[in-house]
Amino acid sequence: MKALFRRWLPPLFLAAGGGPALAAAPVDFKTQIEPLFKERCHGCHGGSTQLGGLRLDNRESALAGGYSGVVIKPGNAAASKLIALIDVAAKEKAMPMTGPRLTAAQVQLVRDWIDQGANWPVSTGVAPPAKVKTKHWAFAVPSRAPLPRVRDPQWARNEIDFFVLSKLEAEGIRPSPEASRQSLIRRVSLDLTGLPPAPEEVDAFVNDVRSNAYEHLVDRLLRSRHYGEKWARQWLDLARYADSDGFEKDNIRPDAWKWRDWVIRALNDDMPFDRFTLEQMAGDLLPNATIAQKTATGFHRNTLTNREGGVNVEEYRVEQVIDRAGTVGTVWLGLTVGCARCHDHKYDPISQREFYQLTAFFNSADEANLEAPLPNELAAYLQRQPDCEARRRALLAEYKVAELQPEWERKTLLAASQPGVDALYDSTWEVLGLYVDGGQEHLRIPASRRTVKWNAKITDYFIGNYSRVVNKETLEKLKFKELGEKLRQLKAACPDLSEVQTLAERAEPRRSHVLIRGDFRQPGIEVQRAGLSVLNPMPDEPRPSRLTLAKWLVSRDNPLTARVTVNRAWQELFGRGLVTTSEDFGVRAEPPSHPALLDWLAVEFTERGWSLKKLHRLIVTSATYRQSSNTRPDLTARDPGNALLARQQRLRLSAEAVRDVTLSAAGLLNLEIGGPSARPPIPAGVLDVATGSGSKWKESTGAERYRRGLYTLFLRAAPHPQMANFDAPDSMAACSRRERSTTPLQALNLLNDSTFFEAAQILATRVLRSEARTVEERLRFAFRVCVAREPRPGEVERLARFYRQQVEILERDPALAESIFPARDLDGITPMEAAPWVGVGRLLLNLDEFITRG
Amino acid sequence: MDPNLFHQIHSRRRFLDRCAAGLGTIALSQLMAAEGRGPAAPRSHFPAKARNVIFLFMDGGPSHLDLYDPKPAMKKYEGQALPESMTKNLRLAFIKPTAKVVASPRSFAPGGQSGTPLSDCMPHLATRVDDICLIRSMFTDQFNHHPSQLMLNCGSPLAGRPSMGAWVNYGLGSESQSLPGFVVMRSGSNAPGAGTGNWTSGFLPSSFQGVPLRGAGDPVLYLSNPHGVNGEMQKATLDALRDVNQMNQAETGDLEIASRVASYELAFRMQQSAPELMDISKEPAHILELYGVDAGRKNPYARHCLLARRLVERGVRFVQLMHGNWDHHTNLDSRMKTMCEQTDRPVAALLTDLKRRGLLDSTLVVWGGEFGRTPMVQDDSPDKSDGVGRDHHPMAFSLWMAGGGIKGGQVVGSTDDFGLQVTADRIHVHDLQATILHCLGINHEALTYRHTGRDFRLTDVAGKAVAKLLA
Repeated sequence: MKALFRRWLPPLFLAAGGGPALAAAPVDFKTQIEPLFKERCHGCHGGSTQLGGLRLDNRESALAGGYSGVVIKPGNAAASKLIALIDVAAKEKAMPMTGPRLTAAQVQLVRDWIDQGANWPVSTGVAPPAKVKTKHWAFAVPSRAPLPRVRDPQWARNEIDFFVLSKLEAEGIRPSPEASRQSLIRRVSLDLTGLPPAPEEVDAFVNDVRSNAYEHLVDRLLRSRHYGEKWARQWLDLARYADSDGFEKDNIRPDAWKWRDWVIRALNDDMPFDRFTLEQMAGDLLPNATIAQKTATGFHRNTLTNREGGVNVEEYRVEQVIDRAGTVGTVWLGLTVGCARCHDHKYDPISQREFYQLTAFFNSADEANLEAPLPNELAAYLQRQPDCEARRRALLAEYKVAELQPEWERKTLLAASQPGVDALYDSTWEVLGLYVDGGQEHLRIPASRRTVKWNAKITDYFIGNYSRVVNKETLEKLKFKELGEKLRQLKAACPDLSEVQTLAERAEPRRSHVLIRGDFRQPGIEVQRAGLSVLNPMPDEPRPSRLTLAKWLVSRDNPLTARVTVNRAWQELFGRGLVTTSEDFGVRAEPPSHPALLDWLAVEFTERGWSLKKLHRLIVTSATYRQSSNTRPDLTARDPGNALLARQQRLRLSAEAVRDVTLSAAGLLNLEIGGPSARPPIPAGVLDVATGSGSKWKESTGAERYRRGLYTLFLRAAPHPQMANFDAPDSMAACSRRERSTTPLQALNLLNDSTFFEAAQILATRVLRSEARTVEERLRFAFRVCVAREPRPGEVERLARFYRQQVEILERDPALAESIFPARDLDGITPMEAAPWVGVGRLLLNLDEFITRG
Repeated sequence: MDPNLFHQIHSRRRFLDRCAAGLGTIALSQLMAAEGRGPAAPRSHFPAKARNVIFLFMDGGPSHLDLYDPKPAMKKYEGQALPESMTKNLRLAFIKPTAKVVASPRSFAPGGQSGTPLSDCMPHLATRVDDICLIRSMFTDQFNHHPSQLMLNCGSPLAGRPSMGAWVNYGLGSESQSLPGFVVMRSGSNAPGAGTGNWTSGFLPSSFQGVPLRGAGDPVLYLSNPHGVNGEMQKATLDALRDVNQMNQAETGDLEIASRVASYELAFRMQQSAPELMDISKEPAHILELYGVDAGRKNPYARHCLLARRLVERGVRFVQLMHGNWDHHTNLDSRMKTMCEQTDRPVAALLTDLKRRGLLDSTLVVWGGEFGRTPMVQDDSPDKSDGVGRDHHPMAFSLWMAGGGIKGGQVVGSTDDFGLQVTADRIHVHDLQATILHCLGINHEALTYRHTGRDFRLTDVAGKAVAKLLA
């Protein structure tokens, strides 16, 4: 402190020469202020770092201020935030953050300088550098490299293989042989449709003598309607899709599935990825937007909604906006832009200001539910509606609702404008905002001008929540509980038209600000919609919209979107991306294993019209993909992670696929596509942790119990345990790659969950009803049904021994058989006959190979 | 040796060791190496005092003013609003800043040699105050249940982060040969605000998730064999399964199959050990009496506390008992008494029992909820027969720690005359988490996991182990 003071003594002495009582002596910027800024401020607010967006090494930036606004008001030190920041007397935590505090004399010097007009000669100071430049590979537009030369071009089946082989040859490694046909058909069927091949399909492929038999198979699978289901899963993970709100209440979102079905359809139709992007980002802004295009914006409706009592509605609206911008960063750009919520990005050239420029695209997009009747829904609705409305009016009249509601509305609105006077109406007003989306806004509209639907919503809320303001006795006299029950019954008989979750732009856009430290209560400077300056320029439009943002993402000169997208396809088909950190292509990302291949694929993808099907076809028809997945002793040391791609990779199936292959082996799987989410059996007690409407799990019946895993209702507060056990993501944030863990809970799940045991029971009947007769024939049949290949002799022998063990045990205790297979006289199949096959089935359905794609 | 190979062999061996020794971390290192997430956390950073944690989580936000932080001066201000200068920065969930002060109806008497005063709701804990380190200066950032519970359990109000138990098992692995490393039990009247988020593995592999021990049916989900499958058949099934899996391993060379085989062996062991764990019939009568375990199972919390000790004895790393509902917006007086009737005796018994067995030195026990409650009244029930309550209060609350690594018999921190603001030794939730990890021998800044381009940790970007709390 002393040393510093001494160092500053000469200028201070000069400046304060006249003594404090007199008017301050003129301050000289060059000799008195700039050295102080340089010494104490530039470290954090200079050329290389600008914490809080503030830069004090040139006039223009310094006067422009930081994220929290202007800090220097020439001529008015008292109103200048800079003084408040450095003035030790005024603030406990003063700047600078490091080193000793500024002395009172130094603060006074700055104060005087500002009061005297903050004179800053333009010639002084460092000019701000041009736009951020970085040499990071991922920020340069990819270009198509020529195919590398290889010594063995015969091996290559398409361009991909040249890139892979050249690297292998350079390393002196030979690729692996092609996988067997049985292995190939199971692999590619699971990869393209998520379903295993039927034994007949295996036979047909194995015996197909055409030279392009494999390509025929691939084309058949790409045409399958199940292709869209399989590839939707990855997109749903990225979109953090769920069927409930999340947070404490976790209410069901009854219409969320319509967006999920839009995705399936778009993928099946091979909607070009640029279009796919445009519609999900801004379908509502397209000219003459269709319901389907608006439904697509449901992508952004997958954010969580907090309806917990006492939360601030605006706070969680802002959370959603921030989440939307961050998710766009992860999903399209492979950038962790959300890291710049509280401060400039620590690693990537993304400023906090730029992050909020991105959020500005979403800040004026309101959640809007549109009536979108399903086929057959509308006619019935129109027919019953007059009667329904008459009955409703009669009920409301009978219970004299109109006598009380206007007064209640008046008092609620009064509480809104004068909080703290009446606690009962305070809570009525606040809960309205939480439970009824848009409820507060519509209550402000006089009842006579509200739509019928909104009047009904507000009346329903009034009846359901009048208990907040009157005591139990009064409420009992009014019989509102009874009325509520009758209205619920009426509603069940007269359901509303179903809706879709969309976004809609506000007529009057909201202003957007940098949020200091990411806190919605601390708005800083205002920002306008813009992209990231490190990437391609945004299309020059006077009023950029979400549509502009979408066009920017899929612009040919966007360096990231195509790379990120092809890399995720690669990750799905090889178990790891060419860039292993598929969610992060920033400067901290793992460098790509095959950079030229990544770029070649990205260019190929865009030039082939952003077709995902073509991309998938290209990859799965490569020799690289068709290699055996067996590990190689010569490579365990050199390439343990298989980065060089000298083989394929065995991959444990996803949570959904584990369910699907199991039900499929039993012949139980319901292959219907789309529709509302299903509620397969769930163990008792699991839903005790959920409080919302979703916790009432009305188990699906009939074929609905056997829908694909993709359709299992996903409650964020209590996901189905089979999903959680097998690493399904929690749908709280975009998930770009799933974990693949191996745990004893998975073993217990597969061994003992009733769904899986049921599959073993039904598999037993399938075996006994097949043409196979001897034990060995039956074993072979069951084995083929499960893993799509012939068992090896050792396997047959071991399974036969197991079968005999089961028979022995059951013969000693026949009652067990009736527990294991409780059906009596099922078409001639007895429990004693079936039970050992249930055991065999249970074993096969637990094989590592069964839940692995080889 | 090639570092990759070394790493893989090392991790493979360690994995196999751990399979024999624990359930927590199967194939983690291999997985991480393969996916470019960097090496696993070092096992420990400095000598650990505690090996296990029992976290007694009181869901809803127990009132510090009625349990741990006596404020006699509040009687004087009863019925008055606080001056605006005191309330201007408060974030309140339900009440307004003008709400009136309400004093606690509880009485406080000093206990033990340390003289720590506790509320008369907790006569049993009052006999153990010399074991506990009472913190009166906790604070957090969140004032709604869901985000605040995530803050306490996962270090962030945003969903999707791993919970403390998951982090600890990721860092240290499990020592149990046959039980999960992270076990959760729930009791009381309420589903916790943050649901399974309170014990999630977040972005860590699902092997680190908290495994709920269930009150009814199978103690662990899917534990029992299907009806009719007896032990002999199960054994035969698993033997054959192992053999056929190993044949495929010989064919494919994939070491992951060994992981799969090991996971079935562990599952089988869990089938034996979980029922044994749950069977408390062999506990002597005086122990059942100590905890207050009643034959009618009217108070599951007593049983949970006893099970917590049995879990720790069996090497389970992290035990979390969830109890609710402490969210007393109304009827605080009577509901507080009920809560304490359910928990006071079992919690005190747990400390006594652990100490007698010499386990308290190596077991860290933590008692606390997601925030405290306001000194101002919440009185928004239209029925005047309902008693009043208090609103959520994140700026100051109380929590205690005992056992491994903690200096008992002391009170740390203080609040103003209303329990509104901390006046000394501010301890943020992140500091608490750093301290818990410290007791386990883990430097909270070094226990990281690379996810979405960033090294995440339990304490986010803050936190400091609090020396005053440590023995």
